[in-house]
Amino acid sequence: MPRIRVEVDGATYEDEVEPRLLLVHYLRERLGKVGTPVGCDTTNCGACTVLLDGLSAKSCSVLAVQADGRSVTTVEGLAPDGDEHPLQRSFHREHALQCGYCTPGMIMASADLLRENPDPSEDEVREGLEGNLCRCTGYQNIVRAVRSAAAEMRGSEVAS
Amino acid sequence: MTEIGQARPRSEDARLVTGRTRWTDNITPAGTLHVAYLRSPHAHARIDRVDVEAAKARPNVVAVLSGADFAAEQGALPCAWQVTEDMKLPAHPPMAVDEVRYVGEPVACVVARDRYSAVDALEDIDVDYTPLPTVVDMERAIEDGADLVHSDLGTNASYTWVFEQGDLDAALRDAPVLLERRFVQQRLIPTAMEPRAVLCEPDGSGPNTDFTLYSATQIPHILRLMLSVVTEIPEHRIRVVAPDVGGGFGSKLQVYGEEVLALLLARRLGRPVKWTESRSEGNMAVHHGRDQIQKVTLAAERDGRIRGLKVELLADMGAYLMLVTPGVPLLGAFMFNGIYKMDAYSFTCTGVFTNKTPTDAYRGAGRPEATFAIERLMDELAAELGVDPVEVRRRNWIAHEEFPFETIAGLTYDTGNYEAATEKALALFEYDKLRAEQNDRRESGDPVQLGIGVSTYTEMCGLAPSRVLGSLSYGAGGWEHASVRVLPTGKVEVVTGSSAHGQGHETAWAQIAADRLGVPFDDVRVLHGDTAVSPKGMDTYGSRSLAVGGVALYRACDKVVDKARTIAAHLLEASEDDLEFSAGRFSVRGVGDAGLSIQEITQAAFAAHNLPDGLEPSLDSDATHDPDNFSFPHGTHLCAVEIDTETGFTKIRKYVAVDDVGNVVNPLIVEGQVHGGLAQGIAQALYEEAVYDADGNLTTTTMADYLVPSAADLPSFTTDRTETPAAGNPLGVKGVGEAGTIASTPAVVNAIVDGLRPFGVRDVPMPCTPERVWNALREGGDR
Repeated sequence: MPRIRVEVDGATYEDEVEPRLLLVHYLRERLGKVGTPVGCDTTNCGACTVLLDGLSAKSCSVLAVQADGRSVTTVEGLAPDGDEHPLQRSFHREHALQCGYCTPGMIMASADLLRENPDPSEDEVREGLEGNLCRCTGYQNIVRAVRSAAAEMRGSEVAS
Repeated sequence: MTEIGQARPRSEDARLVTGRTRWTDNITPAGTLHVAYLRSPHAHARIDRVDVEAAKARPNVVAVLSGADFAAEQGALPCAWQVTEDMKLPAHPPMAVDEVRYVGEPVACVVARDRYSAVDALEDIDVDYTPLPTVVDMERAIEDGADLVHSDLGTNASYTWVFEQGDLDAALRDAPVLLERRFVQQRLIPTAMEPRAVLCEPDGSGPNTDFTLYSATQIPHILRLMLSVVTEIPEHRIRVVAPDVGGGFGSKLQVYGEEVLALLLARRLGRPVKWTESRSEGNMAVHHGRDQIQKVTLAAERDGRIRGLKVELLADMGAYLMLVTPGVPLLGAFMFNGIYKMDAYSFTCTGVFTNKTPTDAYRGAGRPEATFAIERLMDELAAELGVDPVEVRRRNWIAHEEFPFETIAGLTYDTGNYEAATEKALALFEYDKLRAEQNDRRESGDPVQLGIGVSTYTEMCGLAPSRVLGSLSYGAGGWEHASVRVLPTGKVEVVTGSSAHGQGHETAWAQIAADRLGVPFDDVRVLHGDTAVSPKGMDTYGSRSLAVGGVALYRACDKVVDKARTIAAHLLEASEDDLEFSAGRFSVRGVGDAGLSIQEITQAAFAAHNLPDGLEPSLDSDATHDPDNFSFPHGTHLCAVEIDTETGFTKIRKYVAVDDVGNVVNPLIVEGQVHGGLAQGIAQALYEEAVYDADGNLTTTTMADYLVPSAADLPSFTTDRTETPAAGNPLGVKGVGEAGTIASTPAVVNAIVDGLRPFGVRDVPMPCTPERVWNALREGGDR
């Protein structure tokens, strides 16, 4: 079996894995990183979105072996211990989640969206999150939360 | 600060936004085995032989079992709603034994060391089937000589249920305006984001084994009872936990075969067993929603006043009757009259078996279907008479001074103010301005036409008064339970029998308790979803949590305060009548001293050194609330769509929802529920449909085929409220979980038909895809 070395949320892991093992199953079942859920099996829902070398990726459509030598950030490692990322705070503040199952993926996809576009319009957020499905919120508060976090992040950049 | 009414961000979010959530699939005790199911590829077939030997021989496989292996112990999945005495109720084994009746029905299972090995071994199970005639079409299913889903029943009709009030024949005979329409409620797949998952952990062995069953369920209490009934494992040996549950929308209001089988496998193997479904198998095996053919006839005067309404339904049950399958369309029986007055009404529903996934509750459950029909008819009536659709509603609705009002369907609407909600909605929508724009576009022949849809809905929720359920032959009551434990340090634990899966109980219930007890919000913790923690409950569905469970909590809190008052009077050496309770503190009326806080009284009760004679040393209280009546949220939704007549593409330009859900505990949560409800109702109107081919194969098994809308497919909504308190409960609350879904589907379709009416279009079947809109334009097109 191939041997991989992956950095996940700041820690480095070495494992032998089946070539067919999906990254999301590696995270959940081998590393116990169960903060990243699985919502479908056709890459449509985006619940499993993580950052792979800083770019958003649906971890159900990446093999664990493809993550060899790379860095994975999940919702569990988005902010330093004990702290929350502006998106995590804004999702809470703006009531952008109900059952919360899509939330890890939605937050990770939003983080990548804001990296590309620090000041997205409402339509740009809607288009940017097209690959992440939510069944509870009707998306309106998600859009609001992403733009609210964007404003906060731009503010902090200016301040620093 | 008054806690009730505060827009508090939710307590439960902290774990959900950081990935510290406890989904069922996240729980893996040591030694857990993984289950995978082989499912029928045939819509209807006899099972001749199942050969599991090759699968058993694979590495990492612990057991491979087929229906025959479970036949002696698996019982039948329950249906709790015998809607008529002669209802046909076929046996429904958790795993098929002799015959399969829908694509996706479980036929065998593999239990293995890991998930991948279990799925791999499915390939090696060999099943011989003899295909049988397939019943797919509801209307053909009830024709004479039709092929049968259940040959032993001799018919595909499960039941026919009738309700009649007033002289409908006279209304139909005498009324100058008669509208007949046929509407189809397409089949929907609920699609909670969390797929189902179940884990069963045995503790011990032999007849006294205790089982803890974790399941992504809305109904841990009902599930425990039913698992016990089905498997004959004593109820007290089963603990059901609904940990964090990722949405339900009715789909997890069920007793599923996989839940029963998890229990049986854990008993058989003596190890924890876990099954988590894939989305593709879930689309086949989670119960579906809606699926009705509605034939409706409305009789009216020329001035628009409704005389009578006749409703004839065929409701697709699918292959079996599940927990409340036959009752779902009947929940609509009381709602087809909507908010309108009429002299006569008749409702007939026939439940029909087909070789498809069973149907059951999906957000709204019966009421969206009814609301769709009457609200579409009101727009049709307006068009027939050349009257504005808002005006035709005004001429028929119950005026606010007429409440309480007994409707033609036999319900008593306690309160409502349709005028106020409508006025507010019209103003927010800028109705007159949009009508003017519509007119301009029509006159100029703009290829993009504007359509405006109206939906003035009500719904019955707060399910349900137990006596009413009894009169409808439902198998249980509709009460809810809550208890309040005041800990020695004055902190409070609230235990609710309601089982949240996204609704925000942990926040809203803490607000109610903090408000009633006068303690800080952060001093209250809400516990739910575990039968060992919350011993009694009827769980969460039918917009019942707040209107029934919230009221139970309100009453339990009042009992705590009553007990505390007795102790306070004793300690303050005053009469109870002279005490006032405000902001968590008892004081003697008219005396300036500080009195006693509820925390101080709690400590006194805990120490029990100085209590009145005979008083129990505890403030803990519980209450079970059984409502006297349903509650009736209502509101006015207005939708404007832009329809590209060259492509058939419809875009929602503006959506205004003014809802009256009574008093509000947390406006943030209420707004969120409305948003999500609107999205699901709009999805039915525009996007979603479970499609079967002529052989009974589901062709929308994945999210690539079944179009759950994304952020890019939906508009921003304008939402507002009027607040007419419910009269039937002390909180004045009505419930909000389903309102958005119920109201929005007809608002959108009415808007599309309104936009296309100048082209001769009178209806567009749902979902109103660009192709269907374009076809409607071409077929109706007279210009």
